[in-house]
Amino acid sequence: MTINRSYRKIKLQYIGRKEIRRINFTEASFKKMLLLSAIGLVVVLLAIFVTLLISSLPSIKAIGVGFIYGKTWDPVVDHYGGLPFLIGTLLTALLALIISIPFSLAVGLFLGEYFRSGVISGIFKNIIELLAAIPSVIYGFWGLFVLVPLVRSLETTLGVPPYGVGIFTSSIILAIMIIPYSVSLTAQVISLVPANLKEAAYSLGATRFEVIKNIILPYTRSGIFAGILLGLGRALGETMAVTMLIGNSHIIPTSIFSPGNTMASVIANEFTEATGDIYLSALIEMGLFLFVVTTIINVIGRRVIKRFSIN
Amino acid sequence: MAGTILKAKNFNAFFGQNQVLKNINLDIMRNDVVAVMGPSGCGKTTFIRCINRMHELTPDATAEGEILVDDKNVYKMNLIVLRRKIGMVFQRPNPFPTMSIYQNAIAGYLLNGIKLTKSKKDEVVETSLKRVALWDEVKDSLHKKGTFLSGGQQQRLCIARAISLNPEILLLDEPTSALDPISTSKIEELIYELKKNYTIIIVTHNMQQAGRISDKTAFFYLGEVLEYNVTKEIFTNPKHEKTQNYITGHFG
Repeated sequence: MTINRSYRKIKLQYIGRKEIRRINFTEASFKKMLLLSAIGLVVVLLAIFVTLLISSLPSIKAIGVGFIYGKTWDPVVDHYGGLPFLIGTLLTALLALIISIPFSLAVGLFLGEYFRSGVISGIFKNIIELLAAIPSVIYGFWGLFVLVPLVRSLETTLGVPPYGVGIFTSSIILAIMIIPYSVSLTAQVISLVPANLKEAAYSLGATRFEVIKNIILPYTRSGIFAGILLGLGRALGETMAVTMLIGNSHIIPTSIFSPGNTMASVIANEFTEATGDIYLSALIEMGLFLFVVTTIINVIGRRVIKRFSIN
Repeated sequence: MAGTILKAKNFNAFFGQNQVLKNINLDIMRNDVVAVMGPSGCGKTTFIRCINRMHELTPDATAEGEILVDDKNVYKMNLIVLRRKIGMVFQRPNPFPTMSIYQNAIAGYLLNGIKLTKSKKDEVVETSLKRVALWDEVKDSLHKKGTFLSGGQQQRLCIARAISLNPEILLLDEPTSALDPISTSKIEELIYELKKNYTIIIVTHNMQQAGRISDKTAFFYLGEVLEYNVTKEIFTNPKHEKTQNYITGHFG
């Protein structure tokens, strides 16, 4: 008993009150530092929003809500309606998603279920990561020199005006650009499906396809949707490649082969030549509008993910 | 229908170069409960996973020799037919989390794409849940997720899922090791009931459990069957020194 107590005393003395105070201080200040960084991010977000709002006030005052549903964008007469760009943005992004989903699902299953480890999967994973690392201006160039002629000949065959550039071309490039993002998330959630669930299905006589269809896909649907949403976020905001390929027309697109403009591409295209105060302010308002649209889509997406998740 | 239902002949199994089952010869009679016992890593689980060929799902896993079910070599049978004929229940309860209790009970049909009429479905669900004595507990919440049940109920649901396809053999891989004593005793009672309709092969670490529920016991040691006999014989009069040491708790 006595031995025990003296041993404890020695240990306490060995740490020392000052030492303890110092440790507590380190712990507390580390926590504060983390909190500060987190708050910093929120402040930056709010600051961007507020700056955009203030700079677009002249245009908001001059145009009002007509900015959202106005069909004509004519800087010469200071008439700014953003509807063609809203439609262009949503159309290219959605089309890109539709094109990319089958591929990202297929590659996700390939890497998450069929080849989870080993040389083959390593090579594929690296290549997909490389695909995400290519600067978007290169995608734009490639699209201009390779995709545009291809689309043009397709358009000639179909009998539509052969612009080459336009919504469809931009969507294909966007699809290629977002596939790496959705693939990496899809492959990850698919590889995390518990082995015991798959085994249970196999033990009931299910084939691999049946296991994928009835066990893996239902189990991973929220993760797969999150991957799609990640791609959508990128597709909505992608600027450079789209600006190079969409044809920069201010008219509401009438078909998927029409040239058009997205909110991001119109900002990139016209920012340098925006001379009038209202013109500049209208472009900034377009940025604010894009900010809001992306936020709304993200919030809705998160709701859907939550509803999809299993528990 | 008495007689041999399962026969292992000079059976070997490997993980890569590592031989985990060595020359297994075993005859299992219809409607028997056979306990498979032995220290960890002796190949018990591998053995039962070879019977329904789950073993080959592991990369690098191979097998040699024959396992005959109803005189047919399982390695020459159609995989789907074989697995419908042999049900399996795993160590941890694993009802499908995306399915309701009802859907779990007929998961075998859903997964295999077998179309059933509504009344036939209801009938299969009711009979299989009644057989595992779960019907009264869940009949009012059939459309809730199976994962809301307690561990013991989940395991009984998994047994119901396995027997809904009317298999001949039921493989149980330590089905009670993740359960509390009350759920365990319920499952044991259930095994006693199920034995009337099925042949049951159960891997267990629990000596008392083997003693309570099994007709015969196979004692595995380092990938070999050291002893296979009537359970009472094994427990009271083990032929092999290793068996004696294991059941008296000297190693394992």
